[in-house]
Amino acid sequence: MTATILAILGMALATYATRASGLYLMRGVVVTGRLKAALDALPPAILMAVIAPTILTTGIAETIAAALTATAAFMRLPLVFTIVVGVASVVLLRMVFS
Amino acid sequence: MSSTLRDFRQGVFDVLPVLVAATPIGLLWGTLAAGKGLVPFEAWLMSATVFAGAAQFVAIEVWRDPVPWVLLTVTALIVNIRHVLMSASLSRHMGSIDHRFHPLMMFLMADENWAFSERRALTTPLSLGYYFGLALPMWFTWTTSSIIGAIVGRSFGDPAAFGFDFAFSAMFIGILAGFWKVPRTGAVLGASAIAAALAKLYVPGAWYIVIGGIVGMVVAALLHRQGETS
Repeated sequence: MTATILAILGMALATYATRASGLYLMRGVVVTGRLKAALDALPPAILMAVIAPTILTTGIAETIAAALTATAAFMRLPLVFTIVVGVASVVLLRMVFS
Repeated sequence: MSSTLRDFRQGVFDVLPVLVAATPIGLLWGTLAAGKGLVPFEAWLMSATVFAGAAQFVAIEVWRDPVPWVLLTVTALIVNIRHVLMSASLSRHMGSIDHRFHPLMMFLMADENWAFSERRALTTPLSLGYYFGLALPMWFTWTTSSIIGAIVGRSFGDPAAFGFDFAFSAMFIGILAGFWKVPRTGAVLGASAIAAALAKLYVPGAWYIVIGGIVGMVVAALLHRQGETS
């Protein structure tokens, strides 16, 4: 087996292990109170953490584009228009700030 | 129409904008993978079996010759460690779904279809039809755009010139807005963003995602008041 295939299989197994482990982690656990509040906050907190370095530490164009995208999102625009606003504004802002 | 088919169609409808955004991202990834020497089949195989955008971009960043397969495996584990928390959270909503499908559901759990499932679970019980309506088109789009990128990517030019590199962030911002319930959500998001950005600057590797997620959870737990129902 080549090292490339070995690497892909290793990555696939490691990734599947992280995805499957949650099934067993919560078995029989009753979630209420503070633990429930914490778990309910996980989806937005994780999504935010994934993109935070891009939108906060890349440059002023990306930060302003993120603010404009968030404005579009909170105006309840359909997701596809929100993405168009983000992509178009980052292209324009990079021209302005480069 | 059966409720399974109706839920499946609703899932496909919800995930369509994500497919639009994921296509250029997959093309970009395939192009980069080919640049590092992966043949189209290998690029497809990684997208089909790993199926995790962030981890795959990091892997291509790390990729070199000879292929450091141990380092790549450990890196995938670290980047995807957030899936432990995500699948634990999602499993709370899977009680009414046949257990035999749970392993396949977890295999197909990406950030986007997970986020949509969590959001639907706020109002409606999660069903198998809805989940596969989200996940199967995602898997097909991601694998197909990856292999096309690996075959013909170079002829498209630089994706950053068209702002496609920002599509990922814009999509996440759009999905995030759906989770906004109370002003407290703002505190959770602010704490998570600051913690993740600082961790990215000062902590080596890809730990910033887990750090941001945990800080957000801690803030939510601290702001929780006794006797609250939601």
